[in-house]
Amino acid sequence: MKVSVYRYNPETDNEPYMQEFEIETRQGMMLRDALMAVQDQDESFTFRHSCGEGVCGSDGVNVNGSNKLACITPLSELKEPVEVRPFPGRPVIRDLVVDMSQFYAQYKQVDPWLIRKEPMPEQEILQSPEDRDKLDGLYECIMCGCCSTSCPSFWWNPDKFLGPQALLSACRFLADSRDQAKDERLDNLEGPYKLFRCHTIMNCVEACPKNLNPTKAIGHIKAIMLKDAI
Amino acid sequence: MALEKQRFDTLILGAGGAGLNAALQLANANLKVAVVSKVFPTRSHTVAAQGGVNAALANVLPDNWHWHMFDTVKGSDYLGDQDAIEYMCREAIPTVYELEHNGVPFSRLPNGKIYQRAFGGQSQNFGGDQAARTCAAADRTGHAILHTLYQQNIRAKTHFYDEYFAVELIKDEEGIVLGALVLNIATGEPLLIESKTTLLATGGCGQVFRTTSNAHINTGDGMAMALRAGLPLMDMEFFQFHPTGIAGKGMLITEGVRGEGGYLINKDGERFMEKYAPNAKDLASRDVVARSIVTEVREGRGCGPDGDHVMLKVDHLGEDVIAKRLPGIRESSKIFAGVDPVQDPIPVFPTAHYVMGGIPTDRFGRVMPEASDDGDPLPGLYAAGECACASVHGANRLGGNSLLDILVFGRLAGHNIIDYVKQNSAHRPLHDDSVAQAVGRLERWDVKGEGITVSELRKEFRKTMEDHAGVFRVEDMMADGVEKLKGIRDKLKDVRLTDHSATFNTNRTEALELENLIDVGLSIAVSALHRKESRGAHSRPDFPKREDGEWMKHTLYWKESDKLEYKGVRSQPLTVESFPPKERVY
Repeated sequence: MKVSVYRYNPETDNEPYMQEFEIETRQGMMLRDALMAVQDQDESFTFRHSCGEGVCGSDGVNVNGSNKLACITPLSELKEPVEVRPFPGRPVIRDLVVDMSQFYAQYKQVDPWLIRKEPMPEQEILQSPEDRDKLDGLYECIMCGCCSTSCPSFWWNPDKFLGPQALLSACRFLADSRDQAKDERLDNLEGPYKLFRCHTIMNCVEACPKNLNPTKAIGHIKAIMLKDAI
Repeated sequence: MALEKQRFDTLILGAGGAGLNAALQLANANLKVAVVSKVFPTRSHTVAAQGGVNAALANVLPDNWHWHMFDTVKGSDYLGDQDAIEYMCREAIPTVYELEHNGVPFSRLPNGKIYQRAFGGQSQNFGGDQAARTCAAADRTGHAILHTLYQQNIRAKTHFYDEYFAVELIKDEEGIVLGALVLNIATGEPLLIESKTTLLATGGCGQVFRTTSNAHINTGDGMAMALRAGLPLMDMEFFQFHPTGIAGKGMLITEGVRGEGGYLINKDGERFMEKYAPNAKDLASRDVVARSIVTEVREGRGCGPDGDHVMLKVDHLGEDVIAKRLPGIRESSKIFAGVDPVQDPIPVFPTAHYVMGGIPTDRFGRVMPEASDDGDPLPGLYAAGECACASVHGANRLGGNSLLDILVFGRLAGHNIIDYVKQNSAHRPLHDDSVAQAVGRLERWDVKGEGITVSELRKEFRKTMEDHAGVFRVEDMMADGVEKLKGIRDKLKDVRLTDHSATFNTNRTEALELENLIDVGLSIAVSALHRKESRGAHSRPDFPKREDGEWMKHTLYWKESDKLEYKGVRSQPLTVESFPPKERVY
């Protein structure tokens, strides 16, 4: 199979270019295996990867125009020629490795930790199974960045719009019956950009390798705000 | 070369559960703490832990820490240190409550308490009925815990060096560790971090084997740094093969699947664990189940066209239970095995999973540099988590005790470091020779020219480990393996990088990792060759019995001339009576 990968080394290349490799395929091969096969042929080819099973979120890439997690993307599902590029809209450090610092900074903006004001009980804080169910679809995020880097609103205003990943995280804490900072969290999302730049284009839903739905989470936050305003 | 320097009270190498739980205690106490991680913290391998963390909360069935302690001692095949085990099992309870308070989204019971499931090797009342001791967030417990700890560290303003690779520990003439040389992966610039205390929390080394549940990053970096600093590794022959990796691939299928009622079958559809462990059956200890699977396959009862695996049957649990309790497993099975466990069984075979051994510490997380039982710890150096050996797992770790180990001992190391820094507030003078040596380790890879590639030698090494240090081990096979591994170690000097760029050079970091893997691999093979008994995960068909008279002792391995020494097991707990060795049946 022919795999074409994006190459750019700031030390030697004036411009990025695509380079084609011929790799031997086998049954059940994932895109990550293909990228490792490329690396075996050319050790200077660089990409991030680790767990190989879709939980660490290291190996998000853009393949044939869509953001995907390489380790859980079967090669058999990709149309040839396979073209692998770095995430769009992020500064490229080298080859498929992009600078994700803006993405992480936006995550930190939503105070992504549980806030309790009451003193802690001696045992666990009780939570009903129904309340715990409200976290499903929110807490599983692996911060791979497939969603935010496929979002046009994030491309245009990465410094002002928080992006789908950070907003999904904001919703995860708003939805947690144990959290006691709902008002502060909502205040923190006020204004025309942070939350409201989401135009429900829904690229994030398409891109999420964990089948999460950031657009729905954003809608949920908007609904809480509206309800509180009345 | 002008080397950039930074100073901290504490340097933590590794940002998994152990490193982050230690960092959280330190940052909350306002110490100046640096966490160095070669990947962004939430990509650390704790994220992949599935089933859960053990604590005798008694939310589902009666339980107490003393029963948990008994199970852990028995599970260790009586090689665990009972003082450390008692401490861990007692501390499990407040540790899990603290995690919950920090925000971990545990699954819940109808009364609002934390959900607990049955796991292998768990019993009520010292070997009685099955217990349910494993606190779970569906089958994504590690992910839930790691993300929560990272989130709390953001709140506490811990200083992170993300994507920095730890190259070497810096020591003075007395052997006291003064910090580490690290490499900024993105720029290729080295950085010297000076610290009053250092915590090694670099995780495991499963990449020494070809088929493993472990991530690409699990290359034993901290263990190898300790070896090169002249410290020993303890009990490295005890390597856990998890019974249920996806056949041919190695991705983990949690023991929680069997805890929820799944079971193993051979090609005749026989539930074969009934033969090997009549009481506990599929929830026998991991070493027992892994050996049973390999035996079934060797005796011709394996499944598939090559008869090289067995099947894990789950469909009888029903779609609701699978969706609620095992959603991640269903996803992994579909992606990697092409089966939906709601309808079809999952093909499984043992996969290299966890190293029980590691950097020897006392039960306070302090590194113990000598074989003597009453020797002093090395001042200011700590180790916690999979890279350390306290020893709470002995010859075999129980499922659910790994997350527990990293969290309890990470937290404890944090507390002890706070006390140490109070009493030792000054930085010791830096030692130039040691710095030069560390820089030399980096510069060695600047040598250009023709040579062996990193990936060639890595392939040869991992295959050798798999062939010569796997589930069943006999003398000739292992002796042969040790010789081959020494040959591979000699070949390291002929390895050359093809890429000498400074920017995000993974060829360079993988070369540094390969050196680490080979050092750690030899510690496993040499320690295994010399232990002439079968105990826990170390299974010798040529010495099939456990020999408590001669071998109830810990192995210590030094890199210097591949030397071995032994030290006694600490069988005396803190407050309760010792559990004497008994025959181990499930």
